[in-house]
Amino acid sequence: MTRRTGAVGYLLLLPTALWLILFFVVPFYSLLATSLYDPAGSDFRGYEMTYAWGNYVDVVQAYWQPMLRALWYGGLATVFCLVLGYVLAYTIAFKVGRWKNLMLVLVIAPFFTSFLLRTLSWKLILADDGIVVDTLQFLHLLGEDGRLLATPIAVVAGLTYNFLPFMVLPLFASIDKIDHRLIEASSDLYANPVVGFFKVTWPLSLPGVVSGTLLTFIPASGDFINAQLLGSPNQRMVGGVIQSLFTDANDYPAAAALSMILMVGIVAMVLVYVRRAGTEELL
Amino acid sequence: MIGRWIREHLVLMLGLVVLAYTFIPIAVVVLMSFNDPASRNVYRFDAFTLDNWTDPCAAEGMCAALGKSIEIGLLATLGATVLGTLAAFALVRYDFLGRSSTNLLIFLPMASPEIVMGSSLLALFVASGFAGQLGFWTILIAHVMFCLSFVVVTVRSRLAGFDDSLEQAAMDLYATPAQTFWRVTFPLVFPGILGAALLSFSLSFDDFIITNLNAGTTTTFPMYVWGAAQRGVPMQVNVVGTVMLVISMVIVVSGEVASRRRTAKLT
Repeated sequence: MTRRTGAVGYLLLLPTALWLILFFVVPFYSLLATSLYDPAGSDFRGYEMTYAWGNYVDVVQAYWQPMLRALWYGGLATVFCLVLGYVLAYTIAFKVGRWKNLMLVLVIAPFFTSFLLRTLSWKLILADDGIVVDTLQFLHLLGEDGRLLATPIAVVAGLTYNFLPFMVLPLFASIDKIDHRLIEASSDLYANPVVGFFKVTWPLSLPGVVSGTLLTFIPASGDFINAQLLGSPNQRMVGGVIQSLFTDANDYPAAAALSMILMVGIVAMVLVYVRRAGTEELL
Repeated sequence: MIGRWIREHLVLMLGLVVLAYTFIPIAVVVLMSFNDPASRNVYRFDAFTLDNWTDPCAAEGMCAALGKSIEIGLLATLGATVLGTLAAFALVRYDFLGRSSTNLLIFLPMASPEIVMGSSLLALFVASGFAGQLGFWTILIAHVMFCLSFVVVTVRSRLAGFDDSLEQAAMDLYATPAQTFWRVTFPLVFPGILGAALLSFSLSFDDFIITNLNAGTTTTFPMYVWGAAQRGVPMQVNVVGTVMLVISMVIVVSGEVASRRRTAKLT
């Protein structure tokens, strides 16, 4: 389709662009400014702009553990999502025939029940006298007084569960495009299914793997709901620290500095991806 | 024989197992909506009851929070769907300068962690003197912001797969541009717009992290659940979860059936 030129295009785009600039881009300037305020300020006395770059040093020193933990838990959850999501996306693309659409609906169905309620359900499933813990104890995989709640296992499991659809949908979009004849050709040329998968299917699905990884890792490493509901203070992630600095401690400069660090890390990742794939691939 | 069957269907079975796994917590939500808990502090299934269903508003404050969420959800959906649809038309149909920065501007909100978007909006509101006015309007602004990108992407993909020879045919048959738009273009794009609206509403209705930072004293349904989770969740919240699931499944499935009927009629 040839694209028309002229002012109409700009007019149609204007409201969305303005809204996003005003309420998505400009806020980052406010966030940056807030992160450089005098840390001695408060809600009551007001904040003073002192270009206190030291705020960044302070928050890294104080919160490097929740920061690393967020990367670690988010990374683990992304790997698990990739494995589970690949199996599911591959099944939907190649194995279910005309049930494809229905299966896709089922993948996003859990989305329609509240995120918080689903996470609370996991709390019940993994509870100390729940069925999972009892079974693991019966199999001696977990000690007599072993538990899952308030451990990293529960947090990573919760993250994996909650962000799985973010992995499945881009993976499916990529795998579904693969020409099945290529896979058949590899088997005609005596590649066994495993070799065929790694030489043909996997490389062709890489765009989906990359965008799925990005779309899973970013929200998972910024999340704090799972860490809060399924973990203990020992599993606190950086998102939770930012939230409580803002709402409980009212330490705006520190909270803003932590938030900036998180955002810069994410933007760097997106830019690396954009350089490889171009912006049209993003949407 | 059996070994061969298992080998051939191994991937399918594993896929179905993964899908089943995604439904376990949903099953728990539905189950707990019929629970009569022995105590508020212990979250487990004790006894069967229909009380939660017959009187969902018995949980103090829940229905007020639910009403607030629905109100914000509808308004945010309306705003984001209208603006986002216009932008999607611009991106697919028009040429303009700054295309790749526009793509980036639309993509980034989907890729930013909610905690970062929420905290930077809060920083903006505080810096511009709205700290005391946090509430309904600031939540609405935030919700339109994060729903917009999803609307643009959804409508855009519907428009991109669009056969413009239909529009040319209408024009050849002396339809005015307005007639062409309302009789040909709009009906064809409508399913995409409807899907985008449904997605917006569920994103808005479900959002906790951004809302919580910008809500002031206003309480939405997810904020109510979060608050309740600290002291023991009333079982009525599971009724809301179940109803949401059923309503959205009905909408999605009937949309699918309707589109299959249309396709069948055309061929």
